[in-house]
Amino acid sequence: MLWKTADYAGWGRVHTARGQIARPERAAQLAQLMEETPAPAMGMRRSYNDSLLNDGGRIIDMTRMDKILAFDPETGVVEVEAGMQIGELVRLFAPRGWIPAVVPGTGFPTVGGAIAHDIHGKNHHVLGSFGQHVLSVTLLQPGGGRVVASPARNKTLFRATMGGIGQTGVILSARLQMIATPGTSMRVKETRVENFDEFLALLDASTFRYNVGWIDGTATGAAMGRGILEEAELTDGPQRRALPAVTVPLDLPSFALSAPTVKLFNAAYWRKVPSRGNVSVMPIAAHVFPLDKLYDWNRLYGKRGFHQFQCVVPVENADVLKQIVAKISRSGLASPLAVIKRMGEGRAGMLSFPMEGYTLAIDFPAREKAEVLIAELEAMTVEAGGRLYLGKDALASGATIKAMYPEWEAWAAEAEKADPEGLLITDMVRRLHLRGTA
Amino acid sequence: MTRTWIILGATSAMARAFARQIAERGDTLLLAGRDMDELKALAADLSARGAAGAEAIRFDARDAKTFAPILRKVELEPGEINVAVFVGSMPPQAQIDADPSLIDTVATDNFSGPARFLATLLPVMEARACGTVVGVTSVAGDRGRIGNYTYGAAKSAFATYLSGLRNRLTRAGGHVVTVKPGFVDTAMTWGVEGMFLVAAPEKVARAIVKAVEKQRNVIYTPGFWWVIMTIIKLIPERIFKKLSI
Ligand SMILES: Cc1cc2nc3c(=O)[nH]c(=O)nc-3n(C[C@H](O)[C@H](O)[C@H](O)COP(=O)(O)OP(=O)(O)OC[C@H]3O[C@@H](n4cnc5c(N)ncnc54)[C@H](O)[C@@H]3O)c2cc1C
Ligand SMILES: NC(=O)c1ccc[n+]([C@@H]2O[C@H](COP(=O)([O-])OP(=O)(O)OC[C@H]3O[C@@H](n4cnc5c(N)ncnc54)[C@H](OP(=O)(O)O)[C@@H]3O)[C@@H](O)[C@H]2O)c1
Repeated sequence: MLWKTADYAGWGRVHTARGQIARPERAAQLAQLMEETPAPAMGMRRSYNDSLLNDGGRIIDMTRMDKILAFDPETGVVEVEAGMQIGELVRLFAPRGWIPAVVPGTGFPTVGGAIAHDIHGKNHHVLGSFGQHVLSVTLLQPGGGRVVASPARNKTLFRATMGGIGQTGVILSARLQMIATPGTSMRVKETRVENFDEFLALLDASTFRYNVGWIDGTATGAAMGRGILEEAELTDGPQRRALPAVTVPLDLPSFALSAPTVKLFNAAYWRKVPSRGNVSVMPIAAHVFPLDKLYDWNRLYGKRGFHQFQCVVPVENADVLKQIVAKISRSGLASPLAVIKRMGEGRAGMLSFPMEGYTLAIDFPAREKAEVLIAELEAMTVEAGGRLYLGKDALASGATIKAMYPEWEAWAAEAEKADPEGLLITDMVRRLHLRGTA
Repeated sequence: MTRTWIILGATSAMARAFARQIAERGDTLLLAGRDMDELKALAADLSARGAAGAEAIRFDARDAKTFAPILRKVELEPGEINVAVFVGSMPPQAQIDADPSLIDTVATDNFSGPARFLATLLPVMEARACGTVVGVTSVAGDRGRIGNYTYGAAKSAFATYLSGLRNRLTRAGGHVVTVKPGFVDTAMTWGVEGMFLVAAPEKVARAIVKAVEKQRNVIYTPGFWWVIMTIIKLIPERIFKKLSI
């Protein structure tokens, strides 16, 4: 029984889909699927939106295709099937001196998902995006074609695949160049930041290889844009004991994340770091995947789900970002989860999100008021010459996105070549009219 | 002492999760099954995860000629020899009704094939006076139910066989663990109607590793299945025969 009919959704649970899901356990089964009944792939469904959905159609769940195909302890090159999770790579290889060059804010995403959104991490300003460390990918295209692409071979296909939202074929496997780590720990320095201007100044001046800011999206007036700057380095120092994992057992009622609760929580969280700052040593995963000990935390937002607004704004238009943060703070709609980061220019593909500038990511419970606010924030991002992240956005129109991604036409042409019948088209591609046939 | 594990049915998701956990502590693995390409890829995966050695070898429960080469190979390994049996097949009862010859294959895959293999391996384990046999049966073997009593009967036979084998191997210094999983999220249950409380294969694998370490005799996994099956076994036959659970 290969196909299972089920409901599924991305992390934000605003968009949902019902359809047939196949979950191959072996490469031969996946190859057969792509030959006989080609369909788009999904990973761990950690994208917030409809990028992994195919409502009413078929989808291939890649999570069981998670084998290590080869590992070279001398060079740190690892070849894995696309369903391998990033956190698992950290767990397995950090004790042997290697970790993925780029890791997102959670360990659950798969290598396939990381490539399809060309994800970025806390070290983007130093090492760029995930796709820049992919040495090659093996794609299975509709009809059964098997193609290897790398920065040297099938170059255009490679650039269309990095950040290519799965439209150039199902990624079977990838070869990754990992980076060396002196140990399994991180030394983390936390600094209290008083307001938005100080935040940007501190982010610009940071000399650490990993940095990110938690920003209080509810503080107004002189404290607007206050937060905590976290700067970190890999180390072999001794660690605190790791916390056990917990599961959120049910969907919380809507008042759990109401404005007064969030304001109180944020203020307490901000004060948690003493004014003179704080330094601690912890396991790598504890710092880079802070929420992973709380499984299914998306249920904290209740059944209606939530949005994450994430934009990047060029350095010279930082003042627009300031207006964006001010607007969010005045709205009283923000949740505690909000981060700000300085990005470098590194990007590996035609639809890659990163640009040199500042990125802001902030969650909102899915309510009409929040959707109105997000539309305004989207317009401000456009005005600033910035971009929205295709792994998060669930609301934008095709025209807006196309204007933000000047290479989309070249990308769409490459996707048409790989998938002329449009068998890999997903709900997001349809919503944004990103492909000729969609 | 070095430890070698023969994994029969290594391509199952449950077996893969188990093999990974013992690979990480540095055991040697012999991956036995029918899909050689997949077994070779799995061997590479387990080596990269820390196995002292991992090799693919052919095993077909329906073809006893495949047994001897495995024995020859494992006899060359020093130290403790262990075996974990994950082999099994569960065609829908309706398919079996249409073609009763499937009763033979179900019995072979779930019981007589693995039992015959274990019988040939037994002298090697007895000679070394150590080692563990893990036999995966099922809660389905605890009582014949309308939905899958052929499969249940074969699992029940295997469980009974394991109980006798435990009696025997214990005397020689070895041990036998009988594993009765409830519903597990694998290829066998994917898309099958009526599944509930489905456990992740990794969770089941952790329970098996722990049961081996603690030398448990029979485990239900997840543990709450012991409660469910105790109740189901208590239902009098005159009532049970009218139920369709
Ligand atoms: C708490 C949290 C923190 C996050 N932090 C970050 C962050 O710091 N930086 C960042 O960049 N992102 C971040 N993300 C987003 C996440 O990293 C991306 O959305 C990633 O793509 C998710 O991977 P996945 O395996 O869950 O893929 P899915 O979400 O299931 O799928 C994503 C896309 O990949 C495609 N895809 C998946 N597998 C394959 C395959 N094998 N072949 C072809 N296409 C495939 C799907 O079709 C879809 O278009 C975060 C998400 C969460 C929930
Ligand atoms: N999933 C559940 O809910 C559940 C519950 C209780 C017990 N179990 C038992 O758990 C074990 C593992 O099953 P699973 O759920 O992981 O399902 P699975 O993926 O179907 O695994 C079955 C395994 O048995 C192998 N096999 C079948 N017939 C064989 C034969 N003639 N010779 C050699 N190998 C053979 C298969 O190998 P190939 O790759 O060659 O097909 C496969 O590796 C089985 O014994 C099953 O009965 C499962």
